[in-house]
Amino acid sequence: MDPVIWFFLLGVFAGLMRSDLRLPKAVYELLSMLLLLTIGLKGGIELSQQPLGRLVPQVLAVAAIGLVVPLAVFAAIRALSSVERADAASLAAHYGSVSVATYAVGVSFLATRGVPFDGQLPLFLVVLEVPAIMVGIVLARGLSAGSSWSAVARELLFGKSIVLLLGGLIIGALTGPHGIAPLAPLFFDLFKGVLALFLLELGLIAAGQTRALRRRAVLVVATGLLTPVPAATLGIAIGYWIGLNLGGMTLLGVLAGSASYIAAPAAIRIAVPDANPSLSLSASLGITFPFNIFVGVPLYFEIASWFSGAGV
Amino acid sequence: MDTTRRKLLTIITEAVLEPRLIDLVKKMGASGYTVTEARGSGSRGVRSAGWTHNGNIRLELICSDDVAVKISEHLKAHFYADYAMVSFVMDVSVLRADKF
Repeated sequence: MDPVIWFFLLGVFAGLMRSDLRLPKAVYELLSMLLLLTIGLKGGIELSQQPLGRLVPQVLAVAAIGLVVPLAVFAAIRALSSVERADAASLAAHYGSVSVATYAVGVSFLATRGVPFDGQLPLFLVVLEVPAIMVGIVLARGLSAGSSWSAVARELLFGKSIVLLLGGLIIGALTGPHGIAPLAPLFFDLFKGVLALFLLELGLIAAGQTRALRRRAVLVVATGLLTPVPAATLGIAIGYWIGLNLGGMTLLGVLAGSASYIAAPAAIRIAVPDANPSLSLSASLGITFPFNIFVGVPLYFEIASWFSGAGV
Repeated sequence: MDTTRRKLLTIITEAVLEPRLIDLVKKMGASGYTVTEARGSGSRGVRSAGWTHNGNIRLELICSDDVAVKISEHLKAHFYADYAMVSFVMDVSVLRADKF
């Protein structure tokens, strides 16, 4: 098991025992900034070394995942349960959008095994974050969401995660590997340590979410466990189709199979206020995130290996 | 001491609403406001503030009676149903009446 995952378990344990352990808010903010910038910078450096022409069709194919997954999740939940339209749309938005921490655990998993991955994956992370949330809002409200669109657009497009990921990509692409070298100790060498502390805090929050999981527990657990693998398999298949390498397919699978717990909750809270926020958050953070880091990431690596015919 | 009566309107609600509420109170005639982070517990459960989007804010502003009523009515109509929100109005005495 990747050592960083132990820190998640430690956080969950402390949370369940109601320990007074708590990362100061400013520290949590700094850690998430470092993670986002590191992922962006790493992708930017890779992108600076390859032609950009073939990116356009790839980006379109990846954006399609962000449309298909929420529609499929919405249709499945509405068909199989009696959940309100707003709640089903909120879950669809959360599962169509992506989790940066799950992606980081995937990167760490590949690094431990020495498996390289394509440089455009951080760009795909950006591409996948927003469209599904828009789809979820339209599913809940129709196209006439009215005045809330401007607030949602501000939240989504100029929110911390998009600004830092895209900013890191651009800075990385402009400066290249040599220019960024003086910053490497902060952003690249510390990556696993930063991720470990971040996962400790996520464990604490996830423990709080599972405690809150009382109403609609069956729906939350079923959605949380049944959505990731089919969505990830779609991501891996698309990755195979657009010609990603083994690591790239694995990470696209991780992205497609992950659920948002930062961007989506904030945007959906504003645009779809009648959806129950704890329903989607406990599914994405309390169930799907642990599932993905323990079972999903290794499983998606196996599926991607099968696709690439490389065997393990 | 020469003081004037004004209303102190306090709104305790979800942090995610901060930008919208600030736009709103300015548009409705508030001359200023103060926002602080808050934590506590109520009918919508514990709001711990340990995590950005789960946190609460406390927005306070001093205004005329009319503005306090107008904002309160608007909050009741547009936010009470779906958001964790408590708001209340108190009488306060201020020294510089022209400021509020």
